[in-house]
Amino acid sequence: MAELPVIAVEHLSKRYVIGHAGQQDTLRDTLAHGVKGIWSALLRQNEARRSTKEDFWALRDLSFEVQRGEVVGIIGRNGAGKSTLLKILSRITEPTEGRVSIRGRVASLLEVGTGFHPELSGRENIFLNGAILGMRRAEIRRKFDEIVAFAEVEQFLDTPVKHYSSGMYVRLAFAVAAHLEPEVLVVDEVLAVGDYAFQKKCLGKISAIASEGSRTVLFVSHNLGSVTGLCNKAVWLTEGRLRTTGPAAAVVLDYVRSQSEQTRSDYDFENLGSTERLAGRFLIRSLRINDGLPVTHRQPFQVRLQFRTRAAVEGVAFGLAFCTPDGTRLATYDSDFAGQRRTYPAHHEGWIDFLIDDLPLGPGRYSLDCGARSGDVTGLDYLPGCGTIDVNPGPGTSAGAVQIPGGGLRLQAHWTDSPAP
Amino acid sequence: MTDVSTPASGSDVVVLEAGRSESHYWRNLWHYRELLLFLAWRDIKVRYKQAALGVAWAVIQPVTQTFLLAFVFGKLAKMPAGGIPYPLLVLAGLLPWQLFSSAFSGAGNSLVGNSHLISKVYFPRLLMPLSALAVALVDLAIMLVLAVPAFALAGIPPSWRLLLLPLFILGALLIALGAGLWITALTVKFRDFRFITPFLLQVGVFVTPVGYRTDFLPNWRDLLALNPLTSVVDGFRWCLLRGETDFNATSLVISLLVTVGLLGTGLWYFRKVERQFADVI
Repeated sequence: MAELPVIAVEHLSKRYVIGHAGQQDTLRDTLAHGVKGIWSALLRQNEARRSTKEDFWALRDLSFEVQRGEVVGIIGRNGAGKSTLLKILSRITEPTEGRVSIRGRVASLLEVGTGFHPELSGRENIFLNGAILGMRRAEIRRKFDEIVAFAEVEQFLDTPVKHYSSGMYVRLAFAVAAHLEPEVLVVDEVLAVGDYAFQKKCLGKISAIASEGSRTVLFVSHNLGSVTGLCNKAVWLTEGRLRTTGPAAAVVLDYVRSQSEQTRSDYDFENLGSTERLAGRFLIRSLRINDGLPVTHRQPFQVRLQFRTRAAVEGVAFGLAFCTPDGTRLATYDSDFAGQRRTYPAHHEGWIDFLIDDLPLGPGRYSLDCGARSGDVTGLDYLPGCGTIDVNPGPGTSAGAVQIPGGGLRLQAHWTDSPAP
Repeated sequence: MTDVSTPASGSDVVVLEAGRSESHYWRNLWHYRELLLFLAWRDIKVRYKQAALGVAWAVIQPVTQTFLLAFVFGKLAKMPAGGIPYPLLVLAGLLPWQLFSSAFSGAGNSLVGNSHLISKVYFPRLLMPLSALAVALVDLAIMLVLAVPAFALAGIPPSWRLLLLPLFILGALLIALGAGLWITALTVKFRDFRFITPFLLQVGVFVTPVGYRTDFLPNWRDLLALNPLTSVVDGFRWCLLRGETDFNATSLVISLLVTVGLLGTGLWYFRKVERQFADVI
């Protein structure tokens, strides 16, 4: 008897309605719209009303199946519908059309530390977070020691987590989630946090879960390296539709190739992503890369970032990072590392220029991540893979680097002859 | 310590579809009962951890309010007390009122106050307002432990009627839940409803017979009964003051009907909009 798929997605669509002047969330607006609605109905001018709102299809007629024990990577550009898909699978939001059937218990990790309360101790948060993720108290108690050991926070168990470093916080949060034992595990790009050693540990845990064979994992990441490393199957989404699905390595290769078709200098993120992002306090609106000019190795490189705030934000640090086309981070520039944090009032519209005097990236193709955070841990907006640049060789590039592009950072060091020791 | 009730059998199929009302809704709610307690426990713990005076706040507030209302209604307005010390009359009315107002405002704010959870993880959303009720119950328990001896000291020792008090506590909670479900679901969509809760509570403390006796206002009785809390307050007084206040059956029936209506429509509306919470919150 052929086994039924663990997850069957059939003709799935999800529509969001985007109001033009932000979300329609006050009673006054609705009442005003109500009157307008009646008025336009009387005058038969329905078009006038329709134009104030816009439909946005985050997913469109998506169908695929996942078998038991498969580890599926979901890839695609920003705004392709990956997060929306995970939200539907996690039952946080419901589809507009189509259906999904899932066999077995689902645990989803769309964020590390969901429901952590800063005033509560590490011990208390383990129980609270476990319960929120759907674990029973007995189950948490049974795995308590394992969780604490994995997170490496033994000495701080009774300290309120507000005194934790951001690394400890993330470790504890992931540790709880990693010890869930669901039939289907849904993981968003939570691994983009924490130090390298811990990221490796997290990936190790996920692959251990995956290799048991009875569990199914759905994994969204911009790091194509970890998708090929972990997953045996990949689903590639473009603009809410299924582009292709198949063995992870082949799909990722196709995806990387397709990306090399276009590089642009202007990117618009105004209507990108979830309504949650769009309703946030802070939004990166657009990027303009190098003022439209070609990017050259060892020459100045500039990015202009346009943003707006909905509410006042304090201690804002901006970040820009360079990655290989498959998403492996090469270099990160944070404004707070340069000692700069900024405070903005509500409804502020601003631009910030990022400038490197001497671009260290060797010739080749790179992808950009950009983001902003408030304080040390509160993310305001984060756009991984938000742009692509082609770095051209320049006068300062050595001949070798011109012939073998993609060497990553080409940095200066001191090389001196040394006598035999 | 066996894990009996995990419904993790492979044959369990969850179907996600537009507009599908979940067939296992209530069973699911039962499965998440531990989370309900955890959420309530979190709120209680955090509240008393942050406040230096901790539990004392649960006492200072009602005591102050008791004497204030006793002064306004008993001394200034000279409302009849029927031989009961006026502060005791007010205290017996204030206990259910505090229970209601803390449960109602807690439930009303529960979804927006936990929006980060709603947009990141699934659980029956009904847990949020329900856990607010549990928090209010703990506050009531603290007050009752202190109030019952206070009544005894003032010459009104507890009687068998006290055993019926849980029924009226349940009544207050159901009313708070019904009203709270409406407010919390509406607040998700229209933030304006946040400002309506304090307003309703300010009006409510006078519309509800916290500071006066209904049995001395026969002409107003039926009208007052439209506010279902009237019967709860009368019930509390009847239980705590050894039946010295009269208890009206017609009012009780009216209040019960209103409660059922409020709770029924509240649940209906909440469940109707529940699925969209994550999209609009």
